[in-house]
Amino acid sequence: MAYKRNIDRLPIPPRDARVNNVTCHFCIVGCGYKAYTWPMNRQGGPAPGENAYGEDLRGQQGADSAGWVAPSMYNVVKQDGRDVQIVIKPDHDCVVNSGLGSIRGARMAEVSYSAVTGTQQARLTDPLIWRYGTMSPTSWEDSLSLVAEVTRRVVEEQGEDGLIVSAYDHGGAGGGYENTWATGKLYFESMKVKNIRIHNRPAYNSEVHGTRDMGVGELNNCYEDAELADTIFVAGANSLETQTNYFLNHWVPNLRGTSLDKKKQELPNEPHAAARVIIVDPRRTVTIAACEAEAGKDNVLHLQINSGTDLALFNALFTEIASRGWVDRSFINASTTGFDAAVAGNRTSVEDAARITGLSVADIRKAASWIAEPKQGGARRRTMFAYEKGIIWGNDNYRTNQAMVNVALATGNIGRPGGGCVRLGGHQEGYARPSDAHVGRPAAYVDQLLIQGKGGIHHVWGCDHFKTTLNAGEFKRTYQRRTNMVKEAMDSVPAGDRPAQVEAIMKAIRAGGLFTVNVDIVPTQIGSCAHVVLPAATSGEMNLTSMNGERRMRLTERYMDPPGRAMPDCLIAARLAQALERTWRAAGKAEVADRFRGYDWQTEEDAFNDGYRKHEKGGEFVTYARLRAMGTNGFQEPAVGLAGTGPVAAGTTTGATPGMVVQGPAIEGARGKEPVQQAGPNTGLSAAAAPPSGGTEPIIGTKRLYADGKFNRPDGRATFAVAEWRGLQAEGKQAEKDKHRFLINNGRANHVWQSAYLDQHNDFVRDRFPYPYIEMNPADMQELRLSPGDLVEVFNGNGATQAVAWPEAQVRRNETFMLFAYPTGVQGNVVSKATNELIIPNYKQTWGDIRKISDAPAAVRHLSWKTQEYRPAG
Amino acid sequence: MSGCNKVAEAGRRFFLGRGALAAAGAAAVAAAPAAPAKAAPALAQVTYPRAKLANIRDLKPNEPLDIAYPDADSPGVLLKLGTRVEGGVGPDGDVVAYSTLCPHKGYPMFYRTDDRTLNCPGHYSRFDCEKGGLQVWGHATQNLAQYRLRVDGNGDIQAEGVDELIYGRHSNVLG
Ligand code: SF4
Ligand code: FES
Repeated sequence: MAYKRNIDRLPIPPRDARVNNVTCHFCIVGCGYKAYTWPMNRQGGPAPGENAYGEDLRGQQGADSAGWVAPSMYNVVKQDGRDVQIVIKPDHDCVVNSGLGSIRGARMAEVSYSAVTGTQQARLTDPLIWRYGTMSPTSWEDSLSLVAEVTRRVVEEQGEDGLIVSAYDHGGAGGGYENTWATGKLYFESMKVKNIRIHNRPAYNSEVHGTRDMGVGELNNCYEDAELADTIFVAGANSLETQTNYFLNHWVPNLRGTSLDKKKQELPNEPHAAARVIIVDPRRTVTIAACEAEAGKDNVLHLQINSGTDLALFNALFTEIASRGWVDRSFINASTTGFDAAVAGNRTSVEDAARITGLSVADIRKAASWIAEPKQGGARRRTMFAYEKGIIWGNDNYRTNQAMVNVALATGNIGRPGGGCVRLGGHQEGYARPSDAHVGRPAAYVDQLLIQGKGGIHHVWGCDHFKTTLNAGEFKRTYQRRTNMVKEAMDSVPAGDRPAQVEAIMKAIRAGGLFTVNVDIVPTQIGSCAHVVLPAATSGEMNLTSMNGERRMRLTERYMDPPGRAMPDCLIAARLAQALERTWRAAGKAEVADRFRGYDWQTEEDAFNDGYRKHEKGGEFVTYARLRAMGTNGFQEPAVGLAGTGPVAAGTTTGATPGMVVQGPAIEGARGKEPVQQAGPNTGLSAAAAPPSGGTEPIIGTKRLYADGKFNRPDGRATFAVAEWRGLQAEGKQAEKDKHRFLINNGRANHVWQSAYLDQHNDFVRDRFPYPYIEMNPADMQELRLSPGDLVEVFNGNGATQAVAWPEAQVRRNETFMLFAYPTGVQGNVVSKATNELIIPNYKQTWGDIRKISDAPAAVRHLSWKTQEYRPAG
Repeated sequence: MSGCNKVAEAGRRFFLGRGALAAAGAAAVAAAPAAPAKAAPALAQVTYPRAKLANIRDLKPNEPLDIAYPDADSPGVLLKLGTRVEGGVGPDGDVVAYSTLCPHKGYPMFYRTDDRTLNCPGHYSRFDCEKGGLQVWGHATQNLAQYRLRVDGNGDIQAEGVDELIYGRHSNVLG
């Protein structure tokens, strides 16, 4: 039977319950929530005056009630050492989500650590060291001093290239400004680590170098633009499941026509209608079904391309739009360069594109007209361009990204209401680090270095390569072998004899072993290989700042204690830096030791003040006190001033060099911060006018980037790119396609956040998805003699993995869709190691074969195999 | 997945439910110190009414019947699915009943006879009536509240409880 909690009533918070601002720490959307906490021995009542919500709970509440709390929104947690009751519920006053909660975010309370209700008991509570053949608890001092000593010894023997780092670089639970700053300061300022990579890709690179190099930062519009657009053009994204409340709260009103009044009011003097939407995706997704339900089939154009052929489509659209003259000439002249060269270089006929993409000529022409044909009276059509992993993790990332930006620039759709050319995002963002210029471009392919036996020590911060890398099978085998060599060495001498331990470890490293330290909130799969595990706090167990997909920055306030002795990552990094200082000083290397000064932070706010405030554009205006006062709405980065005093300077600047972040009121790509900043903090104009750090004045932000038509290039102009079609770009992909029957397309499920690091310990999700699923056409399943729920092996020359088969009539023959990054069946096992020229993985274009392993396992027998797709009544 | 111990899991679910209730119970005592000594102690569980929904003769296979339970403000559906399902009652083991308020944001759902699911026009959630209200796809953080049924000797179908919190209520039975 379906999992049920059998909870038939919930406690009500009293009127004086403590209320804290929360931004959901899962996806890019960053929905606003409020955390209500109150003592165990108190409760409120159902009358409006008796409860913290101020809502009437006495009768049946209506739809969209601000008073209803689902059991998943309730828990009992520790706060300042005491058990308290907690409700974390969506905030109806947040402009991002207007009270909507998703299946992921609305479980924030339930996926909190609780010793009382037993939730998330897997969380790490103590530093652990490999001792006596198992991971054994120890003190922070003990664990950090071992890590520091082995790090120093490896760096002394191999140089800093012997230290390999994997670290998150995002926001929400995937980083946050405090934590990215601390790790960045450690590895990029105190050290100059080059062999570093990010959580879901094997190098330290941008997923959107293409757009940034054109001068267009990737998060350049605001969520309201989806309400204002005439047409939404989206490629390689399934927003209903991966930017859920952005889609529901900002796209749907436009598709339904309920944002028409807003359009007329904000954009008078031009005709308006409900939005049309074009979705480029080889798969029919639930997003497409929802768009059809809202806008009607006539207003939805699904361009169901052959996997990996987006670039040819974009170039044909660009060519068609240019040849019809549906371009924004004055914008092109004033704000861009290279248009004519791009038109010549990218020329692709609609017929050629139809052949490559598998689309009809008519549909491509229709798309061009929906994007760019002037509206009645000649008004420019407002089109919002959006993309995500289908492009980012798809064929020829760099050029495909650029080919899409070309179309947006040609039609004058960046920096304007109802426009934008944006990535939709996965995690929130929260990047504040010293310059990474020394990493170089292309950056080192770190996973290959590890496979090749390079490096002696690996610092892993909140990353689980075993679930979220490509070529994952080979990576795991090598990694286990190398780390095991060190474990055996550690087992060979008494655990309490530190000098003997370090000697044994170093000997194993010289023989090809790898020492690894894992900082995380839960035990991970790669963490099973670790020699030291350090327990971290997550969002809400610490104060944490991040920004969402429209650069909206908020502070999540600490509302509960971290489990056991866990600490915020920024303070772990600081204490590791101090341990490194000590070990180098003890070794008589004072000049090295001195580089690890400046970490005497007591709180995460100290890290924020040292990092974001001093180094990020507009950071001088931003304080915890002001963010707290701005609640779940915050402001949109970059900050340009304070209410009362206004923007400190009119106009914008793009800086003197590409990607340069200028202190003060500059406008550039939000996370397009590479290299991240000038050498000295607070240099330039705004340093002189540094605002007071006290006070709670509202911060003035930036609704859209490039609203002034100035882009992030030295000359202030965006540049068009020549991006020719060259087939399946990554080495060996075409051969893989020729050899294997099935496309193993892959992506996310609505139920699951990221790699299921918390969801795997949540009863509700684990009951629904004990194994990853692979959607297949029923006729294909019949040919392979598969029944729904049967366990299958997916295999090719790269490796093999498992999934349960889910029949879906909407999936095309010989194509499949597998849940990505799932703990009990890692799709990355069958993804080849081939990348693009900048080491961006190509997860999406994977081909393999499928065979039956067994009948449906017991854990899936109670599940439903009906279509996920919603169809309206009637 | 690691740590997946069925016995421990069952215990945990039970405990979570009990934890929530124990908290409410404790609070009720603390909040009313001046209550008369003879007052009946608060019960640990919600007491559900027993309510006749229909007679088995009223049901036709795959034709939904609108009902309300535990009170008139809580709409639901009574179904004779036509095939035996886990948790089904009646001579054919195919009678089930569910709340029809979507446990996401409370929009009223409609029944699809072609695949025996409840579907929400609010934000497209879908629940499988043949699988105990399992959310096939959707935004709710729980599967659909199903009513506990019993069929009397005369064919009367009685509702006697609910297995999840119904949308829009802090307590399935309102005071
Ligand atoms: S849509 Fe994203 S940010 Fe919003 S509640 Fe869901 S997971 Fe959290
Ligand atoms: S109310 Fe049903 S899906 Fe939102």
